[in-house]
Amino acid sequence: MQSKKEQKKIGQEKLQRIIEICMAIENHRIEPFLLNIDGVIKVVKKYFPQWEETDELNLDSEAIHHLASVIKLQSEWVKHRSTLLYTDPFLLEDKILKADKDEIINVFLRAWHPLVELEQLSPHSIAEAMRYWNGLLPMKERWKDFEVPEFNMGFTTRDELIKERVLGDKLFSEELEAYWQELKMKAKKNGAEAKMFYWDFIGADNYEETVKRAFLTSFLISYGYATLEIHPLEEEVFIKPFDKPNTKIHSQQLVSIPIAVTYANWQKWKKGELD
Amino acid sequence: MRKKTKGLYASKMKRATHMLFYRRHQKPGVKGWELHRALGADYPKVLEVLNDYLKSLDLQVKIVFEEEKTPNRKPTLEELNRARFYVTLRGELTPKESKMIGWRIDDLAGLAIAISHIISKKGQAPRKDVEEILSDKLPGWKVSMNIDRYIRYGYLQQDENKQLYLDWRTRAEVEEKALIDMLLRSEVQKTLFSENFEEGVEEQEDQ
Repeated sequence: MQSKKEQKKIGQEKLQRIIEICMAIENHRIEPFLLNIDGVIKVVKKYFPQWEETDELNLDSEAIHHLASVIKLQSEWVKHRSTLLYTDPFLLEDKILKADKDEIINVFLRAWHPLVELEQLSPHSIAEAMRYWNGLLPMKERWKDFEVPEFNMGFTTRDELIKERVLGDKLFSEELEAYWQELKMKAKKNGAEAKMFYWDFIGADNYEETVKRAFLTSFLISYGYATLEIHPLEEEVFIKPFDKPNTKIHSQQLVSIPIAVTYANWQKWKKGELD
Repeated sequence: MRKKTKGLYASKMKRATHMLFYRRHQKPGVKGWELHRALGADYPKVLEVLNDYLKSLDLQVKIVFEEEKTPNRKPTLEELNRARFYVTLRGELTPKESKMIGWRIDDLAGLAIAISHIISKKGQAPRKDVEEILSDKLPGWKVSMNIDRYIRYGYLQQDENKQLYLDWRTRAEVEEKALIDMLLRSEVQKTLFSENFEEGVEEQEDQ
């Protein structure tokens, strides 16, 4: 025989689970009809007499609220399926993947009727604008009541700026130099070619550090301490350090290579899904 | 008296043309109630006459009803007041023309795919799914940039859960049902269009 406390705990867990499923349906991750509404309502009804605290009643009403949303989605689902606009998404997806670009363009152009707009000055609008200009007060008069409070000038120290995170604790050039040495050391370990995957070099335990490392890496490349090697077919990006800084790089025409260091990409790298 | 009525309609048509062609707000188009206020309660009639006139220029007055609820019967004045009115192209653009108005063929194909996918998913799809489909045929770095562009132009909108929906411009410019139907029938039509398209491409290459 379970105690009342244990039963309450089980009931709360069940409601939490119901809310999670409903939210997954609301976010279109699960089909709405996969949820057995009758069964869920029975569960909600069963535990309802036990709720006494405000939190428990809130949880119950939240579950009912999400259930109502799911019922609405079920009704929309039925309506959509019964309209002429309904198409089997798998069939359409298959078509989209198989169709070539020209085919898609031809189809789209037959259903696309772009908006028509004009942008042009007219003598009337110029006259209106002139009238407005003539009536407009000069800035001095409009802002004359705007008083700027006076402050005494003071001094700050480098330590204070580091504390406020305006400056880093190392000089930028020193940091870059140390970073270059790290790259050379790591790349050498990777064999004779002395290069390594870009993400393996910039990737760190947390996202903030990864962004910081990507930022510094961009300077290593721009200042001629390293270069990128891109294999477009394999979609692989390597970073390769120079033994000595390549000063000639500044006289050549530079090319910008955008690499997205997004949170999603960082997570993929952490899971080993990104090269 | 008849002449006077004709003159009144002509002047209302001019006023409606100015309102519809020149952007008055951040988004193009005019709300029905604005037309009501400027032209009077008979503004649907004025727009009907204007629409007939625009036919010869291959343009049309397009009405987009609130919350995509296009009534099956003749719309009431209240429904029209809440709707938004635009002027759009009546006919179709050729691939060459679409390039002339600033669309690269890749970007346009991507837009078509994104819209079709969202329609097939009942008007809502995770951005990740759309990105996956697009990256099948577009370089990865371009996919996200293109989706952001479609959002900026008003074709798509994105919520805080990174779900994509169709936005106001798609509702104004794209015949959703026709697009899906044609896409499903595209294999049959391929032979019909390929000739025209090849012509267009050849001309582009010549240039």
